[in-house]
Amino acid sequence: MRDLLSGTPTVVAAGVDVFSDALRAQGADVHDVDWRPPGLGDPADLAALALDRRRAAANRTAVERVMAAGSRLVDVRPARDVLGLTDRTLLHAGPPIGWDDASGPLRGALVGACLFEGWASTVEEAERLLASGGVALDPCHHRSCVGPMAGVTSPSMWTWCLEDPVTGGQAYCNLNEGLGKVLRMGAYADEVLTRLRWMRDVLGPVLQAAVRSMADPLDVKAVLAQMLQMGDEGHNRNRAGSLMTLRELSPAVVEVDAPSSDVAAVLRFIGGNEHFFLNLGMPTAKLALDAARDVPGSTMVTVMSRNGTEFGIRTAGTGDRWFTGPANTPVGLFLGDYGPEDANPDIGDSAIMETYGVGGFTMAAAPAIVRFVGGTVPDALATTERMYQLTLAENPAMQVPILGFRGSPTGIDVLAVARTGWLPQINTGMAGRVAGTGQVGAGLVQPPRECFEQALAALTAEARAAA
Amino acid sequence: MRGVTATGVRHVSLRSGVYADSVRLMQVSRDVGAREGVTAVLVAMATPLNLELAAGMGLGPGDGASPDQLLIAIEAADDDALGAAVAAVDAALAARERTAGPAQAVPLRTLGAGLDALPTDGPALAIVSVPGQYAVAEAADAIAAGRSVLVFSDGVPVEHEVALKQAARDAGVLVMGPDCGTAIVSGLALGFANVVRRGPVGLVAASGTGAQQVSCLLDVAGVGVSHVLGVGGRDLSEAVGGLATIDALALLDADPATERVLLVSKPPAPSVAAAVAKAAAELSVPVSSAALSAETPDLTAAVEALLRDAGVAVPEWPSRPAALRAAPGAVLKGLFAGGTLADEAMLIAAPVLGDVRSNTPLRAELDLGTDLSARGHVVVDFGDDALTVGRAHPMIDPTLRLEALARIAASGEPAVVLVDVVLGHGADPDPAATLAPALRAAGLPAVVALIGTEADPQGWSRQADALAAAGAAVFASNAQATRHALDLLGAAR
Repeated sequence: MRDLLSGTPTVVAAGVDVFSDALRAQGADVHDVDWRPPGLGDPADLAALALDRRRAAANRTAVERVMAAGSRLVDVRPARDVLGLTDRTLLHAGPPIGWDDASGPLRGALVGACLFEGWASTVEEAERLLASGGVALDPCHHRSCVGPMAGVTSPSMWTWCLEDPVTGGQAYCNLNEGLGKVLRMGAYADEVLTRLRWMRDVLGPVLQAAVRSMADPLDVKAVLAQMLQMGDEGHNRNRAGSLMTLRELSPAVVEVDAPSSDVAAVLRFIGGNEHFFLNLGMPTAKLALDAARDVPGSTMVTVMSRNGTEFGIRTAGTGDRWFTGPANTPVGLFLGDYGPEDANPDIGDSAIMETYGVGGFTMAAAPAIVRFVGGTVPDALATTERMYQLTLAENPAMQVPILGFRGSPTGIDVLAVARTGWLPQINTGMAGRVAGTGQVGAGLVQPPRECFEQALAALTAEARAAA
Repeated sequence: MRGVTATGVRHVSLRSGVYADSVRLMQVSRDVGAREGVTAVLVAMATPLNLELAAGMGLGPGDGASPDQLLIAIEAADDDALGAAVAAVDAALAARERTAGPAQAVPLRTLGAGLDALPTDGPALAIVSVPGQYAVAEAADAIAAGRSVLVFSDGVPVEHEVALKQAARDAGVLVMGPDCGTAIVSGLALGFANVVRRGPVGLVAASGTGAQQVSCLLDVAGVGVSHVLGVGGRDLSEAVGGLATIDALALLDADPATERVLLVSKPPAPSVAAAVAKAAAELSVPVSSAALSAETPDLTAAVEALLRDAGVAVPEWPSRPAALRAAPGAVLKGLFAGGTLADEAMLIAAPVLGDVRSNTPLRAELDLGTDLSARGHVVVDFGDDALTVGRAHPMIDPTLRLEALARIAASGEPAVVLVDVVLGHGADPDPAATLAPALRAAGLPAVVALIGTEADPQGWSRQADALAAAGAAVFASNAQATRHALDLLGAAR
């Protein structure tokens, strides 16, 4: 505090210009912020939250836990075993939802999973089964799990098992199928099911044997950190990460006791899938954010996730409550002759990457991505710059080279979202609106304001109760 | 390959030695697809996925495609459209992307972001002048960043003020305000403040115009101030408990440039007065008080006491005399911009005149309510919140006060007019330009308390001369001005 009087102060000003102008006229060093009225939330709520005495320390605790968490690939196991998925239970992306409200791609993926599991032999039979409530649906996030796009995870699917060496926490994600006509995009044609069966019968067992044979478990967080230095942002662009994963796994895969044709098929599959790493990156982010669950007083977002109908968020200060709003439809580029009218609203748990501070938040590391919406390299830089104003910290492990190796903007602060009116930037794939279609494009999207309005109100109620 | 289908003409070709990434190619596809007469486009590397997509569109290239080849598949309504579309693909592939310019400037939206971006570890101060309902979050940013903050904004609930000041104390920083209009930090004038010489006296002020009066008199006496730390008008209330006053005293105690401290305020709540006195007694720097009340000296007397205590000769306070005579039965009409100056005038006048009615009365039963044109002894504070809604402070905008002056003159009630004029940063750049003609037109004996210094942008003497030329008596001391007005009234009895 003595600092204040130790010399002519530099001034940072928020508000009317006349005060700053008068200071400049005296030769003062004045920095004006471009203040605007809050973008959302009741002013009294914002004030109460700003004054919550727990907030600063709680947010520091939460974001430090996120940044401290590690991620080791320790096993590959069937979802049935690790997720406690009994028969007739399917996991899905996003906040809770039932069949009646499910969008096309989620329905398509659920149908495909029923066919894959042999719970139904035709699409119609699967639809009847699902519509009658014959299959229990549960969000991945309720089981330490994340799933890209529809996120549908069935008992016979193999999952990556990741462990945080700091907390001992576990997180899971199924194996990435590739692009195009794939279950997670809502496709369920024969080729989709054939691929899933091969993944069940060949890919999963080979990867399990390989991963279990590795003396040093793969440090997935380290791969993610390196990707950002190689033109990936870890959500919509995973090229370098997938190749590094192939490099790390290959020796162990080759040594697996399996027919050489299977080994070759596995390596070819991994090498041919630019998004193979995504399903490792997501549980890495999930581990870190789970480490920050249940920090009373923290306004940090721990989950952003979509089920194709609704977008949902959770915060560190509000336990397991979901705050939801209608999912937006991404804006971007389309495969083939698909167009905007073919795109389903936002879907997938993959926004966990942005929640962790990469993906859209490190757009500056992957300028190619911004061209999905006709943007330029300066737009990519500006997007990341904007996200710094929404977040609590810079993660020194996740560096953005073009910004002078500045750490990624990490830990979305609900209060900062409300005050700036800026919404988190998410990079995402786009699934076809009609069940069975598959991927139609990729682009950029933001959460609906409603999620943050509800979270703000709930956090404020917590703050008032604690005061 | 070239063909005609039921819907139009097609172009399907494979090119080797051409590579562009998928995002770029999707952009090209989209742009070409948007052309008139083009019904389907796929420009993509000939990967299995893309070949499948092309086949699905009826635009497959047949066998022999490899993933390092570029597939250009277009369907159009006629040959002209098709030819133009193929040319457009070539042009798009040849075009260089706009080179990366400098990153767009991303505006800093919160004080926290501004403080984060601050390149200095040296002394820094945050100032907040956003609408009151939003001020708390900005001020809290400054405290979280370990920076002191001056809150000009008013309308902050008192419980929020307490919470902010508690947090500031915990963080070791100072909150000046809310509703703090005046401060000087290391010679930097913030808000309404005068250009005063630097010197050994530190002011802690719960009153803006009070601090301006005191700092200007100290300047005249050749003493000067080290810092003026405003704490907001409510700081010495029971609710706030002098949080910022006590912190500001400690800050000045530790400041090598400050040799004595003067506390400028209205009378504190009794419990707060005790707490402040206790805190002051523990400091090494001597603390004296200019707390306006019926029992305590006026601001000028408090300054004179400090000067005598410091062994400095008390100067003759500047003034411009005028030959004035009040009409028999004249009453006092005080028209003030400064709330503390209005209070001081009432405190001095009441023992002489008896009750003085006001919109900010000494006792509740003397409240004018909304009738500012009441007859009898009246002192109006035009700076009161109720009179500044939707308009600038009277130190900037004289309209209301000049209208009141004209009404008094028109009423025919015999009166002596007592007016304050506050100079300095933030104030009307030439108050005499409107007030002098208004006083002349009113034709009433007028006494002006002119609060300022020669170094102020308006210049004390320039303003004093202009007002004196309009027939007014002018005093640098509000107490002296008030007493002069009372003398005129006394002579008229």
